[in-house]
Amino acid sequence: MRDRAPHLLRSLAGWLPKALVYVVGIVVSLWVLGPLYVITLAAFSSEQDVYDYPKQLLPKDLSTGTMRFFLDFPGMTDALWRSVIVAAATLAISLAIGTPAGYALARFAFRGADTVRLSVVATRAFPIVILSIPLAVIFIRWGIDDSIQGVAIAHTALALPFVVLTTASVFAGVPAELEEAAMTLGCSRASAFVRVALPLALPGLAASAIFVFIISWNEVFAASLLTLQNRTLPAAVLSTLEGAPLNFRFAGGFFLLAPSVLVILVIRRYLFTMWGRVVR
Amino acid sequence: MADVRFEAVRKTFGKVVAVDDVDLEVADGDFVVLLGPSGCGKTTLLRCLAGLEKVDGGRVLIGGRDATDLPPRRRRIAMVFQSYAVFPHLKVFKNIAFGLKMQKERKDTIRERVESAARLLHIEDLLDRYPSQISGGQRQRVAVARAIATKSDVLLMDEPLSNLDALLRMEMRAELKALLRQLGTTTIYVTHDQVEALSMGDRIAVMNAGRIVQLDSPLAIYDHPADMFVGGFVGAPPMNFLAADIAADGAGPVVNLSGGSFAGGPSAAPLAGRKLILGIRAESIVVEPEHHEGLIEAKVVVVEPLGSHNLLTVKSGDDVLKVSASPRLFPEPDSSVWLRLEPNRIRWMDPETGGAVEPAGAVAESVGGR
Repeated sequence: MRDRAPHLLRSLAGWLPKALVYVVGIVVSLWVLGPLYVITLAAFSSEQDVYDYPKQLLPKDLSTGTMRFFLDFPGMTDALWRSVIVAAATLAISLAIGTPAGYALARFAFRGADTVRLSVVATRAFPIVILSIPLAVIFIRWGIDDSIQGVAIAHTALALPFVVLTTASVFAGVPAELEEAAMTLGCSRASAFVRVALPLALPGLAASAIFVFIISWNEVFAASLLTLQNRTLPAAVLSTLEGAPLNFRFAGGFFLLAPSVLVILVIRRYLFTMWGRVVR
Repeated sequence: MADVRFEAVRKTFGKVVAVDDVDLEVADGDFVVLLGPSGCGKTTLLRCLAGLEKVDGGRVLIGGRDATDLPPRRRRIAMVFQSYAVFPHLKVFKNIAFGLKMQKERKDTIRERVESAARLLHIEDLLDRYPSQISGGQRQRVAVARAIATKSDVLLMDEPLSNLDALLRMEMRAELKALLRQLGTTTIYVTHDQVEALSMGDRIAVMNAGRIVQLDSPLAIYDHPADMFVGGFVGAPPMNFLAADIAADGAGPVVNLSGGSFAGGPSAAPLAGRKLILGIRAESIVVEPEHHEGLIEAKVVVVEPLGSHNLLTVKSGDDVLKVSASPRLFPEPDSSVWLRLEPNRIRWMDPETGGAVEPAGAVAESVGGR
């Protein structure tokens, strides 16, 4: 009996940290998933159920009424479509500029590389709130205020530092020797990049792309400030939020979060299972 | 098939001179090993030949053609990297086919060449696997197969075996040597492992601090090191170096060490009156359990039984020596043994320059350098 106690203690000591991890994991998951669930549920409930109190935690009768109400709201489908275009444009521009920059930072020890790295981050040190007024003035002068091009440019500015730094670390993870081997086997520097570095960096670049998409999709401040008529979805939702009924809010919330969740779910598999190896 | 020539090749990284005006000629079909400690510039020299580093001075000629400014793909070389550099996103077949595909070979030619290269390296069953699904040793074989499949003029190998475990390395060493002999391709092989260098190369270029200090056959490198660095770097254990005083006696030269003296033999006669460093290999010292005339006394410090022989660490006067003794000889630590230094196995070194002193009095010519 006596020698059992330390044994019990020891097994408890081994068991406790693991349990703690699980508890923290469950709490964090609930914290994230709870609101997602409530919003999604409300978005697909009938108008009646949305106003019901206390809330139903299980779906009673699903209805597309709330969603239809949201989409039929004047300008909402346009705003949705604009959001898609802005996010796609932001993604294309910032990857086109950011990927070569990240590659250069990862591969070449050029003069001032550290300065570049720092200045890339430094752009994020200025809050968009401070930048927004001069930005709006310049945009008006250029005649791209209240346009999706203008919003896309502003979003690119927000996303670019992120793209440069993440792609730099992605390319740093692709051994330079692989490209050198390709070069000894007949590749030029450019074709070694295309045939070897790019395919190997693809999962990382995809992850970077997802986040750029989400940055743009969820960005509300710059979008609100730079547009009046041609608003993206978050800006449009925000401007109508005050006077909007509850079901409008839930449906709007669902549209804002759904792409992020969906994209992550779809791309996650691609990220983790490539080339016959499964990373868990 | 091609010969390779380095003419005063120089490469610096900032203030560090990695390759210091190196001259080296490698004949067509020759197997030359670049041997040296890490940081001696051997890999940099190889990369200059591959075109992966731009030289800061001198010329690189491949097959008589000036390749100094050619990009790697125009040099008709193939390289095996230390990390293998097998492409993880391509199956083994496509890895081996990579160079052939870049050369725009026909599909059936590619298949044929890939399969024959795979057969040579016994990996024909792995062609359908991804590199992550095969072992390190197999990946190494893929890297070699990929390099030989293109039938390039020169094969460059940068420590290809250093990531394998000891047993596999020994196996692969012999296999690689046989394979390269069979192919007859000019090969330049970089290693820091002196056993690998001695066992594989037709010739060894020993490098130190960016220069080639000796270029010779493996046996000549082992028996007649050009300087104290080579003697100390090549061979396990390293050559013993003892301060010696050579005196002339009526009967012949006498070598005085801190632990005793012995007759230097006729070859030491021209060196009489000089203070030199006596270099001698562990196996050129005979260990006797009893005292005789002309033997030097030493105290046993450590006995390491190695199966084929016993390696003794002994102290004679101020000098500590490694000597190999018969596997049946187990002297007690602190007991005395007597050493016979074979006079004709001694390599004399100049204490000032560290270079070898030939009995004729001339300092051994060092290859490369200036």
